[in-house]
Parts: sequence; C-alpha cells; structure tokens
Amino acid sequence: MFYREAGDFKTTYKDDNQTFPIKFDRYRYYFVLFVAFALIPFMLNDYWVNAIFMPFLIYSIAAIGLNILVGYCGQVSLGTGGFMAVGAYACYKFMTGIDIWLGGVQYALPPINIFFSVILAGLVTAIVGALFGLPSLRIKGFYLAVATLAAQFFLVWLFNKWEWAYNFSASGQINAPERGIFGVNVTGPNVDAWAKYLFCLVILTICAVVARNLTRGSVGRKWMAIRDMDIAAEIIGVNPLKAKLSAFAVSSFFIGISGALFFSVYLGAVEVGEAFGINKSFLVLFMVIIGGLGSIFGSFAGAAFLVLLPVLLKNVLVGGLGWPTDLAAHLEFLIVGALIIAFLIAEPHGLAQLWRVAKEKLRLWPFPH
Amino acid sequence: MSNEGYVTADGRKIGGTVMEMKNITLRFGGVKAITDISFDIKQGEIRAIIGPNGAGKSSMLNVISGFYVPQEGEVWYKGSRRPQMRPYEVAQQGIARTFQNIALFEGMTVLDNVMTGRLNHMKTGLFSQAIWKGKAEQEEVANREVVEKVIDFLEIQAIRKTPVSRLPYGLKKRVELARALAAEPSILLLDEPMAGMNVEEKEDMSRFILDVNDEFGTTICLIEHDMGVVMDLSDRVVVMDYGKKIGDGSPDEVRNNQAVIDAYLGVSHD
Repeated sequence: MFYREAGDFKTTYKDDNQTFPIKFDRYRYYFVLFVAFALIPFMLNDYWVNAIFMPFLIYSIAAIGLNILVGYCGQVSLGTGGFMAVGAYACYKFMTGIDIWLGGVQYALPPINIFFSVILAGLVTAIVGALFGLPSLRIKGFYLAVATLAAQFFLVWLFNKWEWAYNFSASGQINAPERGIFGVNVTGPNVDAWAKYLFCLVILTICAVVARNLTRGSVGRKWMAIRDMDIAAEIIGVNPLKAKLSAFAVSSFFIGISGALFFSVYLGAVEVGEAFGINKSFLVLFMVIIGGLGSIFGSFAGAAFLVLLPVLLKNVLVGGLGWPTDLAAHLEFLIVGALIIAFLIAEPHGLAQLWRVAKEKLRLWPFPH
Repeated sequence: MSNEGYVTADGRKIGGTVMEMKNITLRFGGVKAITDISFDIKQGEIRAIIGPNGAGKSSMLNVISGFYVPQEGEVWYKGSRRPQMRPYEVAQQGIARTFQNIALFEGMTVLDNVMTGRLNHMKTGLFSQAIWKGKAEQEEVANREVVEKVIDFLEIQAIRKTPVSRLPYGLKKRVELARALAAEPSILLLDEPMAGMNVEEKEDMSRFILDVNDEFGTTICLIEHDMGVVMDLSDRVVVMDYGKKIGDGSPDEVRNNQAVIDAYLGVSHD
C-alpha cells in the first residue's frame, strides 16, 4: 500500500539516482542501520557474535568483493581463499610491525593501528589480485576460473613455506596480538562481543557503500559492459585491460579486508591451509551465486543464507527435535544442499532476483497490473 | 580527391574531408576481403557504402572503427595519418558505431546502456567514484543531462528504466543508435541500421538519421541494403563488389553507373 513510487516526484537527476528511490525503501534502510548500530550491540552475547554475526559480516564483505568481479565484471575467480589469506597475512605483518633487511641493515616499521592494518591489508591484496588478474586479458570463462585456481594453490603454498610471513613461528600459525581502537580491544583473547561486532559492522558498512558507489558510476558501467559484451565494450571506448584489472583489484581489496578480519577479529589464530583452502573459495562463490550475481543486496543475502541456515538447522534439529548431534550434523549438509538446489531451480538469478520480483509485485499490490 | 566541400542537392553545405581511406587492402589468409579501396568522408555528409552480400562493406566499417587492421593502405583522420590503434582508442578519438546484429549490454537498463556511450567523457578516478559525493556525482549528473537529450531526441523516454533484454528488436536498434549518439561522435558509423525492420520502423529510423545529421551536424557513414532508403538518405554513395570499389558519387550518378547495374542485376557472360 505504501510501497509506491507514484506521487514521489523526482525533480533532479541526483534524486533519480538515489540508491533507494522509493521512500519506504529508504526508511527501511535507515531502520536496518539503526537496529544494527544502536540496538544489536546491547543485546549480544558471545554465542550470537561468534556463531552468527562474525561470519555473516565478514563473509558479506568477501561476497561483495567477489560479486564485483564475477557478478559485475563477468570474470570467474576461484582464488578467493588465496586472496583472503593474503589479506590475513598482510594484516598480521602490519599489526606486528614489518621488519625488512636491506643490505644487511634491518628496518623495522612500528605496529600499525588495527583499523589501518586492515585497510592496508586490503590494498596489498588489491595489488596481488591485479597481478593474478593478468591472465583474464587472454582467457575467459571456465578457463579463467582454472587459471585463478593457480592463485589459490600458489598463495596457500607460499604462506606455508615463507617463514617471514608468519614471523618464523615454530607452529607455522599466525596469532593475532591484542590490538584495539580508541582504547577498546578488538583483537586478541580479551575482547567484548559488542566491540568485535561493531568493528566489523563499521568496516562492512564502509565496504558496502563504496561498492555501491563504484558500481553505479562510470567504473561500474565499464565493468558491466565488459561482462555483457566485451567486443562492443571495446568499440565504445572501454579499455579492457584497465577495466578487468581494476575489477580484479577492487574485488581483491574487499576480499583482502574480509580475510584480515577473518583472521584478526574472528578466529584469532590461523593456519593457512585450514582457514583459507579451496573450500573457502567455493563457499564465497556459492554465496555470490545463491545471493544473486551483480547485486550488492545479493551478496548479503547469499552470505546470510549460507551462514545462518546451518545454524538454524542445528538449533531446530538438536535443540528443537532433540536429535543426536552427529546425525543432525550430517543431515544438515543434506538439507542445505537440497535447499540450494531448490532455490536455484526456483530462481536461477538468486535471492536478489526473488527480492526484485517481490518488490515489483509490491509496487502494484493489491492490483494485479 | 579534393579537400573541398560541396553543396548537396537539397542545399546543405558539406565541409572538407574528415576521413580518408587510401588504397586499403584487407586479407584474411588467402581471401581478399577488400582490394585497394580509396574513398573519403566529408564533414557533415551522409555517406553510404552499398554492395551485394559479401562485398566487404562490413569489413570496411570494421577497418574504420579499428577492429580490423588492413595489410596495406592508410587511414587519414582529421588531416593526419592514423597510426595503428586498438578499437577503444579509435572510439576515444570520436568515432562511434552501431552493429548489424545488435550489440547492446543486455544486463543493463536502457539508461545505463546509453550512459555507457558517455564513458569517454567521464574522467573521474576510482577514488572519487568510491566517495561519490562531489566530483563523481556532479559528473554523473552532467552526463545524464546529455544522455537525456539524446533519449528525448530518439523518443525512448518511456523505456528509460527498462532492461534492454525485454525490448523488441526495433527499439533495441534505436537504443543502440542512442548509445552511439550519446558519445557525441564526429563520425557515426551505422552498420545496416534498418536490417530486419518493417516499413514503418524503417521510416522512423530514416527520419532519425536525417534529424541527427541535420540537428547535430554529425557526419554519418552507413551501410544499408534497402536501395530506396540509401538513395533517399545519402549524399554520396560508394559501391563495392567482391571487395573492389565499382562506383562512387551522388545517388543519381551511381544509379546510372553500368558497373553498378551489372553488379546488382547480374550480367550475362556469353
């Protein structure tokens, strides 16, 4: 009834370009922001943060990043896990202070604030991502996916062997030291649930806004032009080299940030093969596909679907029906898998498309046309 | 060939040469698609390239837009020889084109598609784009104004926000023309703008082409099969057959050229 664009006249192109052109949508967005920032932090406990909010927030960032590459620019990548590892290890080095030997002299950087460590880790990953994006200039589709697998395996191997990357620790693991921002710890063993949550939420919000801004302007149109028809894109003046590499760089930037948070805030200690293996690449790719390619909202929806569904099922099966845990754990896989197939048959373009269709119906409701 | 302009039959003044093709030869392996062709395009005229199927018309257009690199010959543009370029560099020099089989971006709306035509005019960097407020937004709005003028001009206001994939064929052709026009090109290349259209749509499209030429003074080079349309629209016509130029001149001259008549109607070989 109130979900209408009728009567809401736009008089400037600026108004017409808004992210949420419909008033109701806009207020809903402010409401979600309000709940996320002002209400949820007071209602959190450790279980909620660690089982639901941390993975949801962090995977959302990764999914936004991968969606820019796969959904907006049309370049398939299976290197997500490897790029997350780059983010994690870069963040670790920045947090603990980088030391470099040049000509026998040691130069040591002081540890950098955790917020900037995370951002810098994103930038390092962006450079690495752009490097591994170079093959995309020659190969497309499935073949590119296979080429990016090389990034996945190479990077995991690198962080296993390169002792400098894990500060020569005997276990080969990296452990997040205690670091904070504004005097509040966000990494290390003694962290309040709300602090972790807010830290990740702030970064996710920034990432989502930046992603939206990039995808609605000329850069985003270049990416989408390359995705839809690369020959035509080149004929209208898009430099394919710049467009593809910028997509790889921006995408890896977000993925690097998510990797940095995954290590420093969420897990605290990481062994590269376990945390950032090929499984992670597939998981994030599934989020993007289930959520909806080429949609920021879809990234959130996909992350929520794959993070929340297992938790929900576990609570229902074990807590609600009283089944034994091991049986429930196996059934969980079955049910999640079946649901993914069901969803993709119902709507191959993902949850975002379902949402879009629902909105289109709502606009007319209760009239059929 | 002189570099001077001329006055058309309907009294429009045509300027000097914008683009000149000199002795272009294009081969694919052993096949000669274009053999030693020279012609020029003058400022503000509507230049047509015609010929039977397989004559090499589209290849010629692809040479102009930088998609094919000819083995021999030179392309002169605005008074200087054009070095070998990638297609996007040619586009950045102000040459826009449409395609025989529509090459729109199916996943985007009409508005976004037409906005892609403005990409060469949008210069803000990645960083200001990410912040959006300020430079990027101003640029977006300024370019949107240009695009809206083109949308008004081609009468596609109603489908602005419709995804291109939902449009019928005739409208897609029009959107593609809009995208090329939005670039404000100095030369507009149209590859069979009327292919597959009914009479009414052809009339519409012809009107648009004339209006574009008239209102923006855009130089147009087009390929078309419909002889009636070509003869009515164009100021000068190049006729190709089997990759060779067999005629060049005003529609009337071409119509009475014996080689052209032979190519189109066939000639007995006994």
